Amino acid sequence: MTLDTKSMSCEEFQSQLAELVGSGADVLNHPHILTCQNNCLRLYEDLQTIADAAKQLFPDQQPEDNLWERIESAIKKGDA
Amino acid sequence: MPRTRFSKQASEASAAPVVQEQNTVQLQDPAPEVARPAAPLSPDAEILARAQAGDHHAFAQLYALHKRRIYSLCLRMVGNVAEAEDLTQEAFLQLHRKIATFRGDSAFSTWLHRLSINVVLMHLRKKGLPLMSLDEAMEPSYDDGPGRSFGAPDLSLTGSIDRLALERAVAALPAGYRLIFVLHDVEGFEHNEIAAMLDCSVGNSKSQLHKARLKLRDALRQSLKGGKR
Repeated sequence: MTLDTKSMSCEEFQSQLAELVGSGADVLNHPHILTCQNNCLRLYEDLQTIADAAKQLFPDQQPEDNLWERIESAIKKGDA
Repeated sequence: MPRTRFSKQASEASAAPVVQEQNTVQLQDPAPEVARPAAPLSPDAEILARAQAGDHHAFAQLYALHKRRIYSLCLRMVGNVAEAEDLTQEAFLQLHRKIATFRGDSAFSTWLHRLSINVVLMHLRKKGLPLMSLDEAMEPSYDDGPGRSFGAPDLSLTGSIDRLALERAVAALPAGYRLIFVLHDVEGFEHNEIAAMLDCSVGNSKSQLHKARLKLRDALRQSLKGGKR
């Protein structure tokens, strides 16, 4: 994605974060990040950390053993 | 197509049944003495083909192959074990009804994944949960606005996310936010795919995802703050 090289406000920068986070763009060298006196860098890093961590969330789990019996029963009853 | 979890889905996809053409016409060999046998189906493709032909035992084998992934998907999307089991049941009942319509245009696992997502979405709509709030997306509230996005310098999350804390925070998200976050950041769907699934705009999907991440950040920072007391 192409980053806007014009200087922008924190609000404008943050409005782009949904696209920047996880995009692989070189956000650390974004003109706003290089000049921001607030915590936009910290915000970006936090959101990026959350997006990265999400990929490891919720490992697959097994349903209860009796679920197949419920499904089978419903099929036999003609629910399927 | 889901972007993340490639290794797992790819392995399932490669093992996923693909209906193969069996009626190959030999145009350059007009009078074969003996009909050439069709290429043998892989074991999984054979299970699928038998299930499509109404073999109940084969359908049970399909369930055994895919139950874990479908149940986990439902659980991620609704965050409740009982509901996830009900939805898994409904997904496999729908599969039973529709399996004959699968033509192999995509991997069977992908097709089943989409079918299951639709089951969950229909369920959430029936419950009256607002999947997407256009008003909210277009008019960010004070609580969600950028002004709240700055944090105290000592509460950076970088490198310090506890997986279980994040899972709890995701489970506590409002249903619409959780759905977008799970579909995009966990399941790996693109915004245009989510927009099509949820019948909303791409911009809306992006906006909701951003708000979901901000809410998670707030929740995790609260959790960090609590841990430091």
